[in-house]
Amino acid sequence: MAARKSTRLQSIPEQGQIPWHVAAVVSWAGLRRRLLRALITMSGVILAIAFLTYMLGTESITAALVAVNDNALNVLLQKAGVDIFSAGQTDDMMVMLIGLSLLTCLVGITNSMLMSVAERVREIGTLKCLGARDSFIVQTYLIESSLQGIIGAVFGAVLGCVVALVVAFANYRGYALANLPVLALLRSILWGFLVGAGLSIVAAIAPAYMAARKQPVDALRVEE
Amino acid sequence: MSDALISARDVTKVYHMGAETVHALRGVTLDISRGEYVSIMGPSGSGKSTFFNMIGGLDTPSAGEVFVEGFKLADLNGRQLAWFRCHKIGFIFQSFNLITTLTALENVAIARIFSGVTPAQARTDAAAVLDRVGLGHRLHHLPSQVSGGQQQRIAIARALVNEPAIILADEPTGNLDLHTGEEIIGLLNGMKQDLGITVITATHDMKMISASDKVVWIRDGRIDRVAGKGEVKITVGSIDGDTVA
Ligand SMILES: Nc1ncnc2c1ncn2[C@@H]1O[C@H](COP(=O)(O)OP(=O)(O)OP(=O)(O)O)[C@@H](O)[C@H]1O
Ligand SMILES: [Mg+2]
Repeated sequence: MAARKSTRLQSIPEQGQIPWHVAAVVSWAGLRRRLLRALITMSGVILAIAFLTYMLGTESITAALVAVNDNALNVLLQKAGVDIFSAGQTDDMMVMLIGLSLLTCLVGITNSMLMSVAERVREIGTLKCLGARDSFIVQTYLIESSLQGIIGAVFGAVLGCVVALVVAFANYRGYALANLPVLALLRSILWGFLVGAGLSIVAAIAPAYMAARKQPVDALRVEE
Repeated sequence: MSDALISARDVTKVYHMGAETVHALRGVTLDISRGEYVSIMGPSGSGKSTFFNMIGGLDTPSAGEVFVEGFKLADLNGRQLAWFRCHKIGFIFQSFNLITTLTALENVAIARIFSGVTPAQARTDAAAVLDRVGLGHRLHHLPSQVSGGQQQRIAIARALVNEPAIILADEPTGNLDLHTGEEIIGLLNGMKQDLGITVITATHDMKMISASDKVVWIRDGRIDRVAGKGEVKITVGSIDGDTVA
């Protein structure tokens, strides 16, 4: 018999952690080749975040205009349906609508991630046969979802802010331009972005752990 | 304990499906030495894949023990099993199991990255192994853009890239035509000859036999017969009848 090539191990070591960007490459390749579904999921994020950012932006614009306390402007504000005496108080109805749209978005992302896991049971099993740790599987799904979430949130936040500006110019003309709360608007964009990104990560947690818990034998038995 | 690379001791596997129990393995004892080419034959449902899963650390026996390089696999935790599969075993599957969204190079490189080398080094190593299996000109193709035989070559490159001690090939020629299947068997045999890798295949495929050092017949979860290299050819006629699924 041939001489032992490998030196004898005292015990089997534990498999090490793989850098995040490797999982990112796998996620990105998956997204690119399943572009249509990624775009549908993303459009859900865009709509929900655009709505949120629009409401935040509009609120900060009207608040800035009410503070001016100009008679002609107050008439315009009242014509636009703003109650100048209670401006600055949050509208419960609006909060509920925004909450609902975000919840719908969350469910949409979770659903799309679950589909992605179900489709790739065999791929997960194969990766585990190659030596992937559970954490690597979790990472690929979290990254896949956050990539969709972040891209969707950027577009959604910008879109929502632009719509808020267009509506404000239509209602208040020069007043809006003169009293534009630039900082507050930027802040609403940032909020929209953070909420969208956060949402996409939260939505992917359950699917990612379900994927990682799959046993390689079960994963390999799935017929395609 | 014996000095064998792989040692299975009275391995039993029982599946419970509701009220029904399926005895996939009913006490398999087998030693496989380093550098052997072993073919495991047997009808469909005889327990070949189940036995493979035990050796590869993918599944644990209901009773009995499996040792590889002296380590009892049932004693390893999840991360140790991941290390073991990554460094010691090269898996080859009937349906290739390549990651469809990654190129040939990336498919091989990712297995290499799991072993702990840098991504840049992994790509270099992957390219070298792909070249070795004759796919140096297909590095950036997706699996769907190459033939079945070429996909299996990518899978072989992926199995080889971490220089495993054991290649486990479960029906590697099952989805290939006769000629392509022969090429794949030739490649597996070359790995045994040139690299001293222990190759274990499960198969219905008679072509496998001539390449094997040892043929093990499994039937109903038991070892029916073990034949060495010399004995195999004589019995070919009867094997054929036995293995029709
Ligand atoms: N997860 C499972 N649950 C229940 N029964 C199972 C499971 N896996 C395998 N079996 C049963 O165990 C037996 C052995 O199966 P195994 O897959 O090992 O056969 P095989 O020899 O590989 O067959 P084939 O040549 O068709 O691949 C079969 O009766 C099968 O139905
Ligand atoms: Mg099988």
